[in-house]
Amino acid sequence: MSSVARFWRKIPQRYNLAGTQCTTCGRYFFPPRYLCPDCRRAGKIRQHRFSGLGKVVTYTVIRSASEQFEQMTPYVLAIVELDEGPRLTAQLVCSPDEVRIGMRVRPVFRRISADGESGVIHYGTKFAPDTP
Amino acid sequence: MRDVAVIGIGCTPFGEKWGSSFRDLFVQAGTMALEDAGVAGEEIGAMYVGNMSAGRFIEQEHVGALIADYAGLASDHIASTRVEAACASGGLSFRQAFIAVASGIEDIVVAAGVEKMTDVGTGASVDALAGAADREWEGFVGATFPGLYAMIATDYMNRYPLTREQLAEVAVKNHYNGARNPIAQFSQEITIETVLSSSLVADPLRLFDCSPITDGAAAVVLAPLERAREYTDTPVRVLASAQASDTIALHDRRDISTLDATVAAGKRAYAMAGLSPGDIDLVEVHDCFTIAEICAIEDLGFCRKGEAGRLTAEGVTALGGDLPVNTSGGLKACGHPVGATGIKQVCEVVQQLRGEAGRRQVDGARVGMTHNVGGTGATVAVHILGV
Repeated sequence: MSSVARFWRKIPQRYNLAGTQCTTCGRYFFPPRYLCPDCRRAGKIRQHRFSGLGKVVTYTVIRSASEQFEQMTPYVLAIVELDEGPRLTAQLVCSPDEVRIGMRVRPVFRRISADGESGVIHYGTKFAPDTP
Repeated sequence: MRDVAVIGIGCTPFGEKWGSSFRDLFVQAGTMALEDAGVAGEEIGAMYVGNMSAGRFIEQEHVGALIADYAGLASDHIASTRVEAACASGGLSFRQAFIAVASGIEDIVVAAGVEKMTDVGTGASVDALAGAADREWEGFVGATFPGLYAMIATDYMNRYPLTREQLAEVAVKNHYNGARNPIAQFSQEITIETVLSSSLVADPLRLFDCSPITDGAAAVVLAPLERAREYTDTPVRVLASAQASDTIALHDRRDISTLDATVAAGKRAYAMAGLSPGDIDLVEVHDCFTIAEICAIEDLGFCRKGEAGRLTAEGVTALGGDLPVNTSGGLKACGHPVGATGIKQVCEVVQQLRGEAGRRQVDGARVGMTHNVGGTGATVAVHILGV
């Protein structure tokens, strides 16, 4: 069970996909980085809120999970590439039969996990198929 | 820099060792290694211990001192250091010991690795292992360790010609080798059907694509090459020691299906030894999952990307093939006590180069390689040994 502060300080990132961009080279970061790996000390970092639109790079269906996630199995886990470039790992809100590499996705706000019955409930971003 | 040799090895049987504690395991391995080297305790200058997570598995930290103490070395006050890089802890422990001897600071140094994993339930150990990846941005959203490797497999199979059956051949081969290794956790051979009918863990990986949860310890003794023959008639030289790192999260890698840290550590090791992939007689690679062995064979330069599945199915990597891979049974069949694995790989290669590998002996083996990965490829250690 982790402390409330550990989760609380990441709320802007997990709820709203608040990341960063290096204005020296233009590269976007999510999760946010405050030191650009390309420009290092010459980099200038600013905040950037991602739209969350992107596509599936790769995926799996988790059938056997850690204790916190056991009751959600099976669930689809994917690496999503945001349109600005950065990639992140996230759950997809779709059936295992539906997911495809290259599938367009959009962000949805969801409950991620809970620290037991009386602990903190963690919310964050999952992704859903973005069907036009 | 001085030349360095392995002068003694020791490894416990691997498996679910309900009757053995963390201390029992490393004392057993350490005693075997010192006996094999013919070294007395007071000659040891330093000790390095690879251990991923005694804190999570047995709620014990500070295991460097603990191990020196229970190895009977407390009164000699030797320098004992824990080394941690998840599943690559053992490989890094060996490298630190190598550096200590090569630099001339120490003469006789023990490199050990130990993990006692079965004192917690499966859910807790799965969660502890997830700490080898990015806890905040992978584990938090429900990524398990098999799940991350499964995403490598999905990406790989989408881009290269690897069939589900070829992937299963990796496990079949490693169980065949494990059945010929007395310390292996699994002593039974399996078939492709065994793998394909086992339960799905994270698509496309099934239970028999995954290395098990294991208790075990391993230790080796290093000495300057010029002094090695004081202790043994069969010293094994360390021809190269290399280490590399990469992004902690899989999603930040340049290429999902290539472990760039393996490529980098491999290149550095070949350069240091003055050798090329064609010079390697056998290799112990980090097959925590079947897909990991496929990637390792390619990323270490033994074939081009996309070819390892076919070569495995053709028997090239089998005992008796052109490049025997994981003669110990690998992590899959020999078992994977995470901190001990990197040292066990060295023990296997040393046994092979001494010609002491029994039913799994590679005829005429003179040069062997070990490849130990932490996380999904954020740390890699590669060593080349020779006689």
